[in-house]
Amino acid sequence: MIRPDAELLLEITDLHAAVEDKPILKGVNLQVRAGEIHAVMGRNGSGKSTLSKVLAGHPAYRVTGGSVRYRSQDLFELEPEERARLGVFLGFQYPVEIPGVSNLEFLRVATNARREKQGSEELDTFAFEDHVREKLAVVQMDPAFLERSVNEGFSGGEKKRNEILQMALLEPVVSILDETDSGLDIDALRIVAGGVNQLATTDNATLLITHYQRLLDEITPDYVHVMAAGRILRTGGRELALELEQTGYDWVDKELAAQGVA
Amino acid sequence: MVSSVLAPVQERGRAALERLGLPTRRQEAWRLTDLKRLAAVAALPPCSTSVRHALPAPSEGVLRLVLDGSQPSLEGQVWPQGFSLLNHADLEQVLGQILDHCGCAEAWPVEFNHASSHQLLALRIHGKVPPLELVLSGGDGLVATRVILILDEKADLDLLEVVLAEGVSAHSHVIEVHIGQEAELRHGFLATADGQASLLAHLAVEQAPRSRYAFTSVVTGWSLGRIEPRVVQLEGQAETTLKGLAMSSAEQQLATHTAVRFDGPEGEFDQLQKCLASGQSHTIFNGAIDVPRVAQRTNAAQLSRNLLLSGQARVDTKPELEIVADDVRCAHGATVSQLQEDELFYLQSRGIGASDAAALLLRGACQEVIEQLPSPAQAWQPLNRVMESLDR
Repeated sequence: MIRPDAELLLEITDLHAAVEDKPILKGVNLQVRAGEIHAVMGRNGSGKSTLSKVLAGHPAYRVTGGSVRYRSQDLFELEPEERARLGVFLGFQYPVEIPGVSNLEFLRVATNARREKQGSEELDTFAFEDHVREKLAVVQMDPAFLERSVNEGFSGGEKKRNEILQMALLEPVVSILDETDSGLDIDALRIVAGGVNQLATTDNATLLITHYQRLLDEITPDYVHVMAAGRILRTGGRELALELEQTGYDWVDKELAAQGVA
Repeated sequence: MVSSVLAPVQERGRAALERLGLPTRRQEAWRLTDLKRLAAVAALPPCSTSVRHALPAPSEGVLRLVLDGSQPSLEGQVWPQGFSLLNHADLEQVLGQILDHCGCAEAWPVEFNHASSHQLLALRIHGKVPPLELVLSGGDGLVATRVILILDEKADLDLLEVVLAEGVSAHSHVIEVHIGQEAELRHGFLATADGQASLLAHLAVEQAPRSRYAFTSVVTGWSLGRIEPRVVQLEGQAETTLKGLAMSSAEQQLATHTAVRFDGPEGEFDQLQKCLASGQSHTIFNGAIDVPRVAQRTNAAQLSRNLLLSGQARVDTKPELEIVADDVRCAHGATVSQLQEDELFYLQSRGIGASDAAALLLRGACQEVIEQLPSPAQAWQPLNRVMESLDR
């Protein structure tokens, strides 16, 4: 929902970032206000996933220029865990498997770290079990997955559900979902998208990073951005995604050529 | 428990030690050992005062015995059905026999134990019995303990050995186990210390056909720690599982030398050894598997997984497979890595601070082995003991 007077949650200005000295982001500008859902689309290598990792603070990505303000705070002054506690959430494209660490324990520690910042009471083991069981409904997840090690042996769909379960527990302010639709069949996609829709409110915002229009059939974005060569090349509404579905990304090359980039 | 049968053993042990001298670096099995520390252990006087450790209440139904190397006897001990002490004649017959079968004769730590031990616990197990917990407690010098267990045909036992020590001291332990046909032993070995004490533990286990032996060791906090499980499947057709966790910190050196031999066909063997080294510590794993010609259709798998937690820590790992039989499956592998950046970042991105994330990952890495300890281990909160040892 677009409300021009809503709180400005994320303000990305001329952001440049590199991996191992290779520049990937070359001047990204984006503003995200409360209540908005943004879709960031683009081909492989356009910088979409890099943008998500830079926002979450992955140590392999180096910011080389520009700024990101999260609720008026300099995001890059915060450690990754501090960003998470303040409400920045990254849903991973490839959630990591952690053998030996119980999913339930992991979720509890993470939830309590966020709750402490929110000024909420810490949940003990028993209280947390009740709490998490309520949230399982959001992604129709089998409670048996709580007893297993974090993501270990989970199918692609189960891993993504586990990501959205974490989103439900952490109640983030800005959620960045990196290709949450990849590797999902249509039923799993509907469940995951349904979870995201349930969690979207007028007080938070979602950044969907995706290749395909099909996720946007399930989650209606307020803005669609097309990334190419490390920048946002074009911004539009929902219709831009539909247009991409029809025409593909060929026009991107032409536009980049016209700008002398490619 | 004290037995006159030990007197000639002691004599023999002392003579052997004189003949053998201290191990040297030229001997492959000792090449990486800190021999100065070994010499210090050898020079320790016998323990004169036992430490009274505060012990957690045992789990319900568990038979706990405390061995401190000096206790004169277990007279008055009430034995649950299925447990009996070996009589003198039996003892004379079996003493040292299993060690010989397992190729431990003349092994320095065994002779060292022979020369030093005054205490022997020798038990026969019949049928399914309640879990047994042996607490091997430390003292102010060298404590030597020796145990013999004979599991009769179809016997079934959960055994937990807990080794405790404090200060500059050492523990020498030898256990010999015979597992009869279709018998099953789940054997846990939880050895934690405060970083100053040393431990030399030698296990000789022989298995009759269709028996099952699962050994899980958790070793941490020893200045010099060396445990040597040696298992022989007397006629093959048995199942052996070895799971080990060695976690070293500061300047500790922890070595695990395992040897498994199949003297018959169709043996099953599964091994996982995990070593975690931090500070300037050093872990050593040597895993020998011997599959002679008679051991056709053996199915064995060995995996050594190592985590280097600091730039100065050192890990040595060596599989040693000797396979003569031609129709066998023997898989082995070894990895050495650091804590994965992606795993750390995943946890951090959920609000878990860097040091807590690392601790959580370490707990996870240890848990994989610790959860295999037999049930009496729960009373000892093994995961917490291991993590405390790392913090020291």
